[in-house]
Amino acid sequence: MAEQQVWRKLGLTDREYDMIVEQVGREPNEAELNMYSVMWSEHCCYKHSLSSLKLFPTTGKRVIQGPGENAGVVDIGGGWSAVFKIESHNHPSAVEPYQGAATGVGGILRDIFTMGAQPVAFLNSLRFGNPDSARNRYLFDGVVAGIGGYGNCVGIPTVGGEIYFEPCYGGNPLVNAMCVGVMPTERLVLGKATGEGNLVVLVGARTGRDGIHGVTFASEELSEKSEERRPAVQVGDPFLGKLLMDATLEAIEKKLVCGVQDFGGAGLTCALTETASRAGTGIEIDLDLVPLREEGMHPYEILTSESQERMLLIIEPEKLAAVEEVFRRWELQLAVLGKVTGDGRVVARHHGAVVVDLPAASVAGGAPVYNPESREPEYFSRLAGFDPLTLPPPEDYNKTLLDLLSAPDIASKEWVWRRYDYMVRTCTVQGPGGDAAVIRLRETGQALALTVDGNGRHTYLDPYRGGMMAVAEATRNLSCTGAEPIGVTDCLNFGSPENPEIYWQFRQAVEGMAAACRALDVPVVGGNVSFYNEVEGEAIYPTPVVGAVGLIESPQQQCGLALRREKDLLLLLGPRETSLGGSQYLKSCCGKVAGSLAELDLVMEHRVQALLRSLIGRGLIASAHDLSDGGLAVALAECCLGGGLGAEVNLAQADSPLPAMFGEGPSRILMSVGPENQAAVVEAAGEAGVKICEIGAVTGDALIICHGGDIILKLKLSAMKKAYEEVFSCIME
Amino acid sequence: MKFGVIVFPGSNCDLDSYFLVRDILRQPVEYIYYYEESIKQCDAIILPGGFTYGDYLRSGAIARFSPVMSAVADFADRGGAVLGICNGFQVLTEAGLLPGALYRNDHLQFRCEQVYVRVENNSLPFTRSASLGKVLEIPVAHGDGNYYAPPELLREMKANNQVVFRYTDRDGNVTEGANPNGSVENIAGVCNREGNVVGMMPHPERAGEKILGSKHGLIIFKSIISYFLNREVV
Amino acid sequence: MKKAVLDPQGVAVENSLKALGYDQVRSVRVGKYIELTLEAPGREEAAARVEEMSRRLLSNPVIEDFSYTLQEDAV
Repeated sequence: MAEQQVWRKLGLTDREYDMIVEQVGREPNEAELNMYSVMWSEHCCYKHSLSSLKLFPTTGKRVIQGPGENAGVVDIGGGWSAVFKIESHNHPSAVEPYQGAATGVGGILRDIFTMGAQPVAFLNSLRFGNPDSARNRYLFDGVVAGIGGYGNCVGIPTVGGEIYFEPCYGGNPLVNAMCVGVMPTERLVLGKATGEGNLVVLVGARTGRDGIHGVTFASEELSEKSEERRPAVQVGDPFLGKLLMDATLEAIEKKLVCGVQDFGGAGLTCALTETASRAGTGIEIDLDLVPLREEGMHPYEILTSESQERMLLIIEPEKLAAVEEVFRRWELQLAVLGKVTGDGRVVARHHGAVVVDLPAASVAGGAPVYNPESREPEYFSRLAGFDPLTLPPPEDYNKTLLDLLSAPDIASKEWVWRRYDYMVRTCTVQGPGGDAAVIRLRETGQALALTVDGNGRHTYLDPYRGGMMAVAEATRNLSCTGAEPIGVTDCLNFGSPENPEIYWQFRQAVEGMAAACRALDVPVVGGNVSFYNEVEGEAIYPTPVVGAVGLIESPQQQCGLALRREKDLLLLLGPRETSLGGSQYLKSCCGKVAGSLAELDLVMEHRVQALLRSLIGRGLIASAHDLSDGGLAVALAECCLGGGLGAEVNLAQADSPLPAMFGEGPSRILMSVGPENQAAVVEAAGEAGVKICEIGAVTGDALIICHGGDIILKLKLSAMKKAYEEVFSCIME
Repeated sequence: MKFGVIVFPGSNCDLDSYFLVRDILRQPVEYIYYYEESIKQCDAIILPGGFTYGDYLRSGAIARFSPVMSAVADFADRGGAVLGICNGFQVLTEAGLLPGALYRNDHLQFRCEQVYVRVENNSLPFTRSASLGKVLEIPVAHGDGNYYAPPELLREMKANNQVVFRYTDRDGNVTEGANPNGSVENIAGVCNREGNVVGMMPHPERAGEKILGSKHGLIIFKSIISYFLNREVV
Repeated sequence: MKKAVLDPQGVAVENSLKALGYDQVRSVRVGKYIELTLEAPGREEAAARVEEMSRRLLSNPVIEDFSYTLQEDAV
């Protein structure tokens, strides 16, 4: 009987197998069972997350395409749309960092141009174990090299991202890649196999044995044995990826194709069944017509291979010659595999025999939806009860700030981003290193602001509030450039959903994010869930990452974080309340991850962001920076270093200097304002019902902070610059 | 005058040069594809940056065998103005139209950043509008920008004034710290013996608008335009 | 890479070998290994073709040297 339980080895439960038999009407053969195995894996069918994902608001006045397609599409006016998505490539990067990251970038790139959009920018969100271990440095270095290796070659700038280091990511790093594109909205093409009789065409790389069962690999925990999984990791070919991008976009622009789908996880199986099931059609193909890289491949291998750089096109027969001409220009060959049928079935032949005959809707959409058990973890109330003020305060605030500036989480990531071409396409108005990147759009005269944000430590301590904060911070970062947030995409990185405590974290985080998206009026238009991020039962921090896109009507109006002029005033906008709970100070200077996070009032958050955008739009402020990791002191240092100017700050209004300088809290912005505009800014804040407080001025070549008449911190720019900028070259070289 | 921008499979800075010439310099410009056998009626040719053929064997090694390269070689032989930027520079050295070779940066990493280069020869069609020793702020973005020429070749090049740009600090001093890739004698750009073919690793087309951080790259394009204007008058 | 040309990959590998305790390492040069299969009537013709390919495309004479070995495959 063991033989008959082969489905278990393929990651399917007995109950799922019974469902398959029922839906197919018979026992599936080996190839068919493999197709179900990959399509019903968590990675493809979201069986543990679907019920929670329904909480997200996914519609809005700008939304043209929400979740469910290759990427989300949001109207930016004038007949144009922004197209974007974020996706994880965690497990492949854990075993082969360069290729894992490179193919993550390649995959998200294809998701964007598949829709008909010209990709204009990449971002990424990375998490590693502490860089003091050689293994973690190897993973970090390899991932950075892989992101650059693919992105630089395809000629799409990598303009932003975030990197954090926590011991919990040591065995299971996170690599989340985001891509953003733009297109005239009428060009939108969906991944649908429409039109009975239309041709089903494969273009791109030959199919090999790489990446077979990559999605099942992504849907289980990593273990010692994961290293042996190396053959499962795919290899990227950015050169071919670029040719495919250019040729596919040209074919779409010329209206030569009716459906396009990229080959992502689950390869041909996913492309065939999803395109057919979305269109309510069927597909009939001959596997002998798939160009292979290796001899003797079994039908199930051809159907589940995750070889990179392949696309599926649905073409009307009379347009085939024209499509061939477009692809031939870049020396790419088309392979006509079969045609669209009307019976809702995916049928594949091999050496003349039918080897697959399945209902497309069942494979692509028939998986069960689970409502997993949920339980509040024991640690939650224990850690929340910790009061950071019971710890002795630092003796030397200069040292505290320098320690924070040189903490890998906060320190300048220039060592990383100078390895990415962030300028190619000559549209990068603000590159990496600011609150958000800004990309101008040649075609419309507008600009897009882009960011990715997440804080696993916060979400661990309070999943609900951490989820809210991730959305709030991402949109706040956009607002700091003057951009109006128009949509988000999320990548939800968690441990195993089959563990009730992990599922509780997941559910809480999603609820928090959904609440913030509603309050801040930003729809979720796509994303990705990555479960099973754990090694030997030790899960990562729950890490929802939010990729956010904002619109700037005129690039001339955008704002940066750098101080610009001597004598400008420094104003602090937003609530005063902060918390040292979960702060970077507590982690980096006290070695503790505990305490409760500051409250987030979503109504106030919305007001602060709207006010900030209006001040930037009216040209009243010289710079704006979100107060985030490390609180006011770190934000001041970053603004000073960005502009090469010093500042004098008086914390007269604060009772205690420690929470005022290093406490963290949402909805707070540090602005510099010319004295001539101060009155107008203060008046606008008053009208908006937002607190504003003058804390100092731009001056000199040092950061000076006073409290109660004493200078409690005084650091030269040169000393802060050294601490902030030299960390990674020291650690890594 | 008219510019032509060569497009190889894997070129990715082609549009940056194209848009700069069209929108900022407001000159006629067209793409010339790798399979074309003539370079049309262009007065100046740009070989843009990118990763031609993935740079899989050596940067620029495969692109030099594209059909269009014979036309570029003929054009250069007839004295036509040819500018190779980044990968375009690599293609020109591989094709033997420029001396020396470009290989892996000494620190082995791709490097994208603003650098300063000093104009070492301002008698060329591509540099005539710049003053000698002028320091330009222009970005680099490459992994294989480490310029090498054997000592005897280097001597000969210097005797012929073929070193066009050197990496320097902001004040124009040639220092080790200003060298982003380990290039011999901080060389950032060179020309052929006749001076009509120039190759440079920095990207002047990325330094053409204030909103992008620098306009210093424009002087290279303005030089070539003024060269043609003056020639037409003569 | 030619002897006269600094080989940055070689230096990096050499340093990390030494860091691993292989003190006896004197120098490291990193090159490329290319395997190609071709049809030729005999060894001499094959050698001539490989020589030419190496000069024209496979190597760059400014910075690289090349050498090759031939191995006959039974058809």
